Amino acid sequence: MTNWNRRRFLRGALRGASVTLGLPLLNVFLNDNGSALASGASIPLRFGTWSWGLGMSESIFVPKQTGTEYDLPEEIAALAPIKQHINLYTNFHVFKDDAPNLCHHSGWVVLRSGQAPYTRANKPGETIDVSIARKLGNATRFRSLSATATGDVRDSFSYEGGNSVNAPEWSPLRFYQRLFGEEFQDPNADTFSPDPRVLVRKSALSVVREDAKRLEKHLGADDRARLDQYFTGLRDLERRFDLQLTKPDPREACILLEEPKDLAAGLDADLVSERHRLMTDLMLMAVACDQTRVFNMFYAAAFSATTKPGYDKPHHTATHEEAVDPELGFQPNTSWYTRRAMDEWVYYVQALAKFREGDGSMLDNVFIYATTDQSFAKLHAIDGIPMFSAGNAGGRIRTGLHIDGGGSPGCRLGYTAQRLMGLDIDSWGTKSNTTSSEIGEILV
Amino acid sequence: MIGSRKQARALVSMRWPIGWLGLCLVFLLSACAEPQDPMPDVGSLARARLLTAEQYTNTIADVFGADIAESVIPPVPPLARTDGLLASGAASVGLTSDQLSQVQQAASVIAGLAVDEDHRAFLLSCRPETDESEDSSCARQVLGEVAPLLYRRPIAVARLDELVDLADRAARELESFHDGLAIALEAVLVSPEMLLIVDQTEADPARPGEQRLDAHALASRLSYFLWNAPPDDALLAAAADGSLQQAAVLSAQVDRMLSSPRLEAGMRAFFDDMFAFDEFNALAKDPSVYPRVTGATIADAREQTLRTVIEHTLGRDADYRDIFTSRQTVMSMPLAAVYGVPSPTRWAPFEFPADSQRSGILTHLSFLSAHAHPVRSSPTLRGKALRELFLCQKVPDPPPNVDFSAIEDAGEVATARERLDVHNRNPSCAGCHLITDPMGLALENFDGAGQFRETEQGAPIDITGELDGVRFESVAGLTDAVRNHPKLSYCLVNRLYAYGTGGPVSLKHERRLLKWHERRFGEQGHRLRTLLKDLATSPAFARVRSPEDPSAVVSVRATVDPAATALIAQAGRETADPGERPGLTEEDLP
Repeated sequence: MTNWNRRRFLRGALRGASVTLGLPLLNVFLNDNGSALASGASIPLRFGTWSWGLGMSESIFVPKQTGTEYDLPEEIAALAPIKQHINLYTNFHVFKDDAPNLCHHSGWVVLRSGQAPYTRANKPGETIDVSIARKLGNATRFRSLSATATGDVRDSFSYEGGNSVNAPEWSPLRFYQRLFGEEFQDPNADTFSPDPRVLVRKSALSVVREDAKRLEKHLGADDRARLDQYFTGLRDLERRFDLQLTKPDPREACILLEEPKDLAAGLDADLVSERHRLMTDLMLMAVACDQTRVFNMFYAAAFSATTKPGYDKPHHTATHEEAVDPELGFQPNTSWYTRRAMDEWVYYVQALAKFREGDGSMLDNVFIYATTDQSFAKLHAIDGIPMFSAGNAGGRIRTGLHIDGGGSPGCRLGYTAQRLMGLDIDSWGTKSNTTSSEIGEILV
Repeated sequence: MIGSRKQARALVSMRWPIGWLGLCLVFLLSACAEPQDPMPDVGSLARARLLTAEQYTNTIADVFGADIAESVIPPVPPLARTDGLLASGAASVGLTSDQLSQVQQAASVIAGLAVDEDHRAFLLSCRPETDESEDSSCARQVLGEVAPLLYRRPIAVARLDELVDLADRAARELESFHDGLAIALEAVLVSPEMLLIVDQTEADPARPGEQRLDAHALASRLSYFLWNAPPDDALLAAAADGSLQQAAVLSAQVDRMLSSPRLEAGMRAFFDDMFAFDEFNALAKDPSVYPRVTGATIADAREQTLRTVIEHTLGRDADYRDIFTSRQTVMSMPLAAVYGVPSPTRWAPFEFPADSQRSGILTHLSFLSAHAHPVRSSPTLRGKALRELFLCQKVPDPPPNVDFSAIEDAGEVATARERLDVHNRNPSCAGCHLITDPMGLALENFDGAGQFRETEQGAPIDITGELDGVRFESVAGLTDAVRNHPKLSYCLVNRLYAYGTGGPVSLKHERRLLKWHERRFGEQGHRLRTLLKDLATSPAFARVRSPEDPSAVVSVRATVDPAATALIAQAGRETADPGERPGLTEEDLP
């Protein structure tokens, strides 16, 4: 069966109705050992993030056992189908040192940037995905992509600097159009015809650059720094134009999707779930089509306002106002929200597992870093903040583990991730969050 | 092409002489009304601010027409609300690589549409000798017209040469004059001079050694302030010959702009920003709790308040403070169902009955629903919004180590007051909640969607409250207290000044100027147009001061609520960081 015939077969068989079905792996796509595609291209390493809001109910979230044979308490019981694909990290700390504990802010900022913020407007450094995208993102159309299930363009845990947030895609329709619109080059297309406009467009950037240089003398120091960022953007545009002039390698898991419909605004848990799944499907197809190798999915905000049908408190309000049930030992409605988040984490990991690549799945070639903003949200606690990872990072990571951090910095996981992705760093984080210690238990 | 610059140009040139004479007279009269004390001699900062999404759309519409502008999503990142305004966030927001790629994609779409067969006859002022190759003369003519409009200033010959050369090279490569022209237009649309409103400066002849905005920068500042759109031909002409730097011409131009219908769009944008109506972009109510509230209701709630405020302040030229007490508004069909009033078939003027408990924008669905939870009301959110949006006071974040056990579901209580009363008995909660709750509770006759209710869970609702020493027992009492609050006028002045000058105010440098404007605003009957005129023609609007040394900025904080202060002291709570101390912040100082 030729590549062309396979494409025809898949399109016809699926009619675009389902996008995360596992695809039959045909030997024509594999080399002898199955670790690369038949085209000869190696399967790229990717990095993703996932986030949920407002932590956990420790007594029913943290397993009693560590290692591979760990139990799944009731708040994370839903993780059973993906247990072998993930690691759970508990008893890792986030340190604020001399900075204030900014409710629902300090936790995620430290885990994503390695630094404790001093004000709510302050976002120090850059987030881990941005650092990794500099390493992994040069070969793809998008250095990184971000999407949120909240429908709110302000919800992002990715920034290049305090004033330069990577805005997430928030509308499924808009996300689809951006990914698979006019500029999309189908890697499995039968023919490749570079658009001659791209070449002249690239040459036009030199005129734009001269414009920007002339402007520079009118700007103060802060604004010159913003202009430097603009010059970086121009270089990235050049890189993207070069990519458009190059025939992409075939990607067997890449299938053109049908255009989705947009959803109503709102944060009802079912609606958020539907939006999360739509955005996940689009995001992972973008990864499968090698449009990006760094990707951020945002299930719920730090101040999550997700609502539960028939219950008058949104998630954040519930964490503070709902009493700990003396018999149960936890807040039942708050836990309901966390369980919904875990359901979505399961969906996300299973979606990764369903994309076939080489002789395995996309999970074999990714590392997903999943974080939240608090441990026990009721008290704004950031000690013992839980984290997950998923995927084997090209065979370099063991999964199926529960790791007890023993009070060590949560930044160790981010440090480990950056080292895995090839960043040449000896340590990560500032002050007490500084670490040069990888989480060795998960390394192969 | 309706709405394009080329059509508007002819109309402007016809209106201009009439407006000029009349407005010069207005200027002379207003000059006679100068207050006795001199306006403080300060300048504002020169900034480079990114066009907001609406400004981007308006700029494209002004040059290429509304249909082309609406064909792209503005490639502008979300802005961080800074000192109460998204517009102030535009002065510091960065453009990530991903965002710049979206700018380029939008530029490609816009340029492609501008030269396509449906638009070229309207938008391009010449035709090439042949479409198969370059035509330098025609490219020069088009780019020489369009680039200055997008840059909002003249283009140097050498720069135009570069663009023409680019268009020619691209035309040869693509074997199409129009495709080549589109590439050059793309380059203009991606340029930072298009994307940023840059306050370019020049030596100020009246103040040796100091700077002022150059005439084109001043034209842009005026235009985006009053119209939220780029300068029109008349303003550009006054910038080009330098006359805009003359006080009389500046005054006349401002008067012309204030009398233009475009002022309404400009002020709608301002109030939409000041009132934080961007919240409506993601606002929804639980349909099982509020079945009458649909997406159309929420959209119309925003529209109702904007229409009401614009009609009040511009249409009737009435006292700004009365938007908080006036029962006059407009009504639409989706809103009528929620308000429980007769339904019009389309937007129509409406006056809430005297006994309806509705008076002023605090009782509109917009305020009541935006500052509430999806499933219930929130006196705390409403009180916080009231202080921050309309009084420019900053309510601090809750402290992190609060013991929430006291408020856990609060037992058998029925009303929000009973739930929140627990906060006020708990010293660690009271500091903040006494700042927000007493006025928020006065709006408890309105549920989370803004619908009127007599009771909550069967219990009568007590709406007595207090705002900075003024006690009240009714909604009207609250709205009167807000209407007469000493910070209300100051807050509008502050926000308008920041909006007009493109970034947050510096109280160290600009407090006296703002107080001067506030006093004059009061003397002029709190009329928005008068305030706009004063701000736009004030020296600070055109003068530039050197960037301040950040270390020299005075940090002033104060806790103004005596009850909160007493309770905090009583609790003996220590905060490691002064930034965490509950209280209202700097702008409360007299």
